[in-house]
Amino acid sequence: MVTAEDVWSALAQVPDPEIPVVSVVDLGVVRDVRVEDDRVHIEFTPTFLGCPALERMRDEMAATVEKLGAQAEVDVVLDDSWSTDRITARGREKLREAGFAPPSPRAAAPPSLLQLQRGTFHCPYCGSADTRLENLFGPTPCRSLRYCTGCRQPFEQFKTI
Amino acid sequence: MSELARLLLPIADDELILGWRNSEWTGIAPFLEEDVAFSSIAQNEIGHARALYELAAQELGTTADELAFDRAPGEYRCAQLVELRLVSDWARTIARHWLYESADAVRLEELKADTDGRVAGLAAKIDREEVYHRLHADMWASRLRDEPRFASALEELWPYALGLLPEALRPRLAERVRLPTDVKAQGERGAHTDELEPLWEEMTMVRRSVPGASW
Repeated sequence: MVTAEDVWSALAQVPDPEIPVVSVVDLGVVRDVRVEDDRVHIEFTPTFLGCPALERMRDEMAATVEKLGAQAEVDVVLDDSWSTDRITARGREKLREAGFAPPSPRAAAPPSLLQLQRGTFHCPYCGSADTRLENLFGPTPCRSLRYCTGCRQPFEQFKTI
Repeated sequence: MSELARLLLPIADDELILGWRNSEWTGIAPFLEEDVAFSSIAQNEIGHARALYELAAQELGTTADELAFDRAPGEYRCAQLVELRLVSDWARTIARHWLYESADAVRLEELKADTDGRVAGLAAKIDREEVYHRLHADMWASRLRDEPRFASALEELWPYALGLLPEALRPRLAERVRLPTDVKAQGERGAHTDELEPLWEEMTMVRRSVPGASW
């Protein structure tokens, strides 16, 4: 008999298809797991709506549950319950180690251009806060591009949403 | 058609068609940063279209793909502003981008207050991503504000932008972008420019040539 704990620990092994160092649990996209007999319901809150990794995540979560010998139902929740604040402390550390600056915490008001240009964003490589905004957008919907004047390297900064 | 589908389809169509138009800059934007920006914005808009179509599709007993690709051009409910092919003209592209994102902000505020929790929740999610589109559009609008080409592009496209919103919301857009309210909207929804059909031909080509294909 599968328990919710079994499912959570199995999902903690399902990687984000684009940034495989973090799992779907680290990303905070699993909102709830409920087990009823041999059926497992997972509530999945997508990150960015245009992210092509969403289907892969959903299918891999279902496959993982099926490997535990249960039937999976993945409900995609299309509301604003996911934000970058849901990325776990462990997930943030893994992102940083992989060269992605983790998102800054959400504030009451949306970020302004001035904050993004002048705010304190640390380089994931050398830790310097002497960095500047290069582009609000990046190679995937979740990232912006910054440049570190300390170690003279561009890096990818997770957007805060 | 249900009331919910009637509310969502025009917005989904706007996002899909504008996403397509924005993607036309991929590879040929004036500089690399804008190539990345317009491609990423296009990807977001098409993602928003998909989520809106999915919600409408649940009501209509169909799928998001069928709504996006299996209707005839005349059945789309997008506004004329998003249909225009502006590639190679950066001033007009930025004018449309700024007007569209401003109108979308007004529209999302309304949707976030919708009594249907599914609509309000999805609008709130979309709005979190749109914050970055608005920062980008506002930055460009202030950079080009004194350029005569940008000013004439705004003048040309402003009546089209009014066509994005129901009449009751138009004054809020005018106030936001500080453009005149005594202008008649160009193109009510349901009437299309000649530019939609060639886009539709291209956008639905694969699906029409191999019906039911999946990948």
